[in-house]
Amino acid sequence: MTVLIPQSLHDALAAATANPDAQIIQGGTDLMVEVNFNHRKPTDVIALRRVDEIRNYVVTADKKNVVIGSGLPYREMEHGELAQLLPALAQAARTVGSPQIRAAGSIGGNLGTCSPAGDALPVLSALDAVINLQTATTSREISVHDFMVGVKRNARQPGELIVSATLPIINGWQGYAKVGVRNAMVISIASCCLVIDREKGSIGVALGSVGPTIIRCRETEQWLAMQIDLKNISIVAPNLLKEFGDRVAKESKPIDDHRSTAAYRRHAVATLSRRLLTRANTQ
Amino acid sequence: MSNATKTSIHRDVLGASALRPDGAAKVSGKFEFSSDLHAEHMLWGATLRSPHPFARIISIDLSAAYKIDGVEAIITAQDVPGKKTYGLISSDQPVFASEIVRYVGEPVAAVAADHPETCRRALAAIKVNYEVLTPITDAELAMLPSTTQIHPDGNLFRHQRIITGDQNLQGEIIVEATYEMGMQDQAFLGLEAALAIPDSGGAGVEMFVATQWLHEDQKQIAACLDLPLEKIRITLGGVGGAFGAREDISLQVHCALLALRTSRPIKMQYGREESFYGHVHRHPAKIWIRHHATRTGVIQRIESRMVFDGGAYASTSAAVLINGVTHIQGPYKCLNATVDGYAVRTNNPPCGAMRGFGVVQACYAHESQMDKLAVACGLSPVEIRLINAMVTGDKLITGQVVESVAPVERCIRETDAIEMPAPLARNANALEIVGGSGLTSLPHNIVRGVGWGVSIKNLMYSESFDDFATARCQLQNGVVNLKFATVEVGQGFVVLAPQIARSVLGVDEVIIDPVDTRIGSAGSTSASRQTWMSGGAVDGACRLVRQRLFEHVGTKHNIDPLRLVIEDTDVVDMLGDFRISVIEASTGVFIDETFEHHHRPTEELDENGQGNCHVAFAFVAHRAVVDVDVELGLVKVIQIATAQDVGRVLNPIAALGQIEGGIAQGLGLAVMEEIVLDNGKMRNPSFTDYLLPTALDAPQVIAVMIEEPEPQAPLGAKGIGEPPCISVTPAIAAAIRNATGRDLPRVPIRPQDICL
Repeated sequence: MTVLIPQSLHDALAAATANPDAQIIQGGTDLMVEVNFNHRKPTDVIALRRVDEIRNYVVTADKKNVVIGSGLPYREMEHGELAQLLPALAQAARTVGSPQIRAAGSIGGNLGTCSPAGDALPVLSALDAVINLQTATTSREISVHDFMVGVKRNARQPGELIVSATLPIINGWQGYAKVGVRNAMVISIASCCLVIDREKGSIGVALGSVGPTIIRCRETEQWLAMQIDLKNISIVAPNLLKEFGDRVAKESKPIDDHRSTAAYRRHAVATLSRRLLTRANTQ
Repeated sequence: MSNATKTSIHRDVLGASALRPDGAAKVSGKFEFSSDLHAEHMLWGATLRSPHPFARIISIDLSAAYKIDGVEAIITAQDVPGKKTYGLISSDQPVFASEIVRYVGEPVAAVAADHPETCRRALAAIKVNYEVLTPITDAELAMLPSTTQIHPDGNLFRHQRIITGDQNLQGEIIVEATYEMGMQDQAFLGLEAALAIPDSGGAGVEMFVATQWLHEDQKQIAACLDLPLEKIRITLGGVGGAFGAREDISLQVHCALLALRTSRPIKMQYGREESFYGHVHRHPAKIWIRHHATRTGVIQRIESRMVFDGGAYASTSAAVLINGVTHIQGPYKCLNATVDGYAVRTNNPPCGAMRGFGVVQACYAHESQMDKLAVACGLSPVEIRLINAMVTGDKLITGQVVESVAPVERCIRETDAIEMPAPLARNANALEIVGGSGLTSLPHNIVRGVGWGVSIKNLMYSESFDDFATARCQLQNGVVNLKFATVEVGQGFVVLAPQIARSVLGVDEVIIDPVDTRIGSAGSTSASRQTWMSGGAVDGACRLVRQRLFEHVGTKHNIDPLRLVIEDTDVVDMLGDFRISVIEASTGVFIDETFEHHHRPTEELDENGQGNCHVAFAFVAHRAVVDVDVELGLVKVIQIATAQDVGRVLNPIAALGQIEGGIAQGLGLAVMEEIVLDNGKMRNPSFTDYLLPTALDAPQVIAVMIEEPEPQAPLGAKGIGEPPCISVTPAIAAAIRNATGRDLPRVPIRPQDICL
């Protein structure tokens, strides 16, 4: 096994382009588990830990977007300016594993692995994030919805690196909530991110761990926008709140597995989405 | 977080919170665990395991594996020179499966190679042709006479009934239910590992193993290798937790065989996944139970049918079952009983010893019943338990009279007196609320519940087994040297043994010899027995040395040795002015004494389950306070209050450690820890999916230690390792029932059990 440790984005892109089949490693919190279980036997590895350019974030000049480097550790998203601009991302980041894992794990890793249980992914989905992919000679942007193709499958082409994710700064409310079987360090058995853009009067609801990939509840979003005025804070009537959760659950596609049951997961996303909608209008 | 009594004793004698000598090394990563062992020119060993729960082996082809560079040896059943099977009680488990595999993970072959990766490739290259059979994974089905016999020994490990008193009595109040418990793993952190170094010429082997009982390992390894006992010399390797999972042989025989075959040192160690396959687990159980009581709540009769799924091989199933049936009455008076217990063979993973050993299952059932009984009689959980609380002198359903100190009422009352936690604040921090950083719940989603559990647990081995312990004490120039084969698995004997020597002999410097088979057996570090048994042996050896020291001083100074006592660090004449330091008194002499401690004999149970089968008993009460998000079925245990019958506290901080650790383990069983099985296959053999409580799941523990010294116990102290994990599980379950109003007849309680 050869391990390349490029020290700059330029070198990393060159390495990835030169060896398109190389395994990319960022924090290693997914990959090393797979290696330990012998599920994956990489021969060539490109480690991005030393690429400082992708371990940062910038707010665009127009103050409309945040561009987050794919290697920025979750630890850096929990507090400070990022947490103020993207509270749902901060909340999701805080639920990732243990402090050690949060010091290593990143959005790039979540996107690269593309597990439906990736904690940051519902936030990227609800906020309609755009993913920036580069090779030594090309650069393209792709909607996160198009990027996430299926269970642990994404639209990254061989030789491309996930360089950053662009998330909008919205005027409104956003929150994230997660259900696990213990009170810390737990893989979600259901998660939900809810974003209300008060300027546009729109809502985004994205679910984790209840389908092959992150599920965006478009029908429910449109339905709710017709029921209430999302531009203003308003108390949602109990019958609407109930129907909202029911509709969210209906859009989920969970399965039974050793972590939970499909029935519970449907119940959990219904409950979480109702709670988040309530919080959006009371906090 | 705990409240402990601080003791200010200036020497690390009995009663002081002496610190573990291995503590700093363990928390700083310097402690050498068995997995850190290394020898020059060693090879690595690895095990090939069955992927099927039940299959016939048609053929094994090793040729491709042998062609891999670096592979030095591959062994299968035909390479076992001695006994082909092993086992703690009945020897039914093959060293390697030869014709039939009976569970997923059963060893089929082992390889020795120059590198773990070479081993992995060699295992992948071994071609085993299986004829897959339909596994029998339901214990009730396995028991039926028409069901396929999984093993020549049959599908029933043991049936035991208890028949006593009036078999027809019907109470004014009758409550009944069926309770179930899932399969819990011991989940020790230090994985299985051993190093075997062959003697030149293959005449014997030197082993370093993380185990619970050196001499039992030695006996079983020697039989399989067809070597005399003394040719298997075992030294304890660093152990990182055991909880029962190291009582059975895992990799010991494989490792020794490979060493003898290759004439090279062999290192074997399991990873976490293999560890789940490589050791026994807690028995899943199904218990039907019916209580008859008077209208005022006095228990009159118990009926129960208990089925323990022992998995593919016997291990300690027969003994676990006996603990289950003999403890089903709980710490309560009961004169009439009709109990049937079955330990059954299935194609599930083998089950054996785990902290609580059969009593955990029984306690979950009887404590759940006590709450039902309380409701039926219009009493509180505390009242129903006080009304029925057992006392010293009561006769158990086995006919055995409880001679142990039995402060059941005090355990309950002192637990009840512990202050309840403050209500959940409306503005509580997320980490204090169910779901933690997941922001799952807000305070208004939470309902608080309170529940009780009280237990009785036998100490030491039962049913006529003489599990003695041996210790040697040497005194020279004021320094004591102790030797014993007592395995340190984390329980703290390494700190207790020197405390005993300091108290008895007035010395400060105590050296512990390597723990190995160069002295007699200490028995297993299990059954809450080492403080009592090995503590008794060390105490006995030290007392013999003290007597010799007094004789020496008496002769030299012309004083009757009977007048001499140890006072602090001096030898003192009780009736005169003579005083000499122990250091001075022992200078130039060498005193060497060995002592075996035996507990009093016990009896087998007869066909009606009657007999004095247990040595002694310990009691404990737990009160659990939980917060439940009822809508999502999520639980956070807020506080466990406990009063435990410990006999005498020998080391407060160590005792508290046992109590807190046991509570965490019992909490795990209540709400999250379960090996999920699907037709005999484990679905979650990793710490990603087998969830253990984290620091955020651990409750506040407020512990009261009830000190009523046990006359039978050499140091007055009862075993304290198991009781903390037994009744805490039903206490938490009861608290969740209290919060939700649900029946919840099964643990672990899953979110969907609460909210769907």
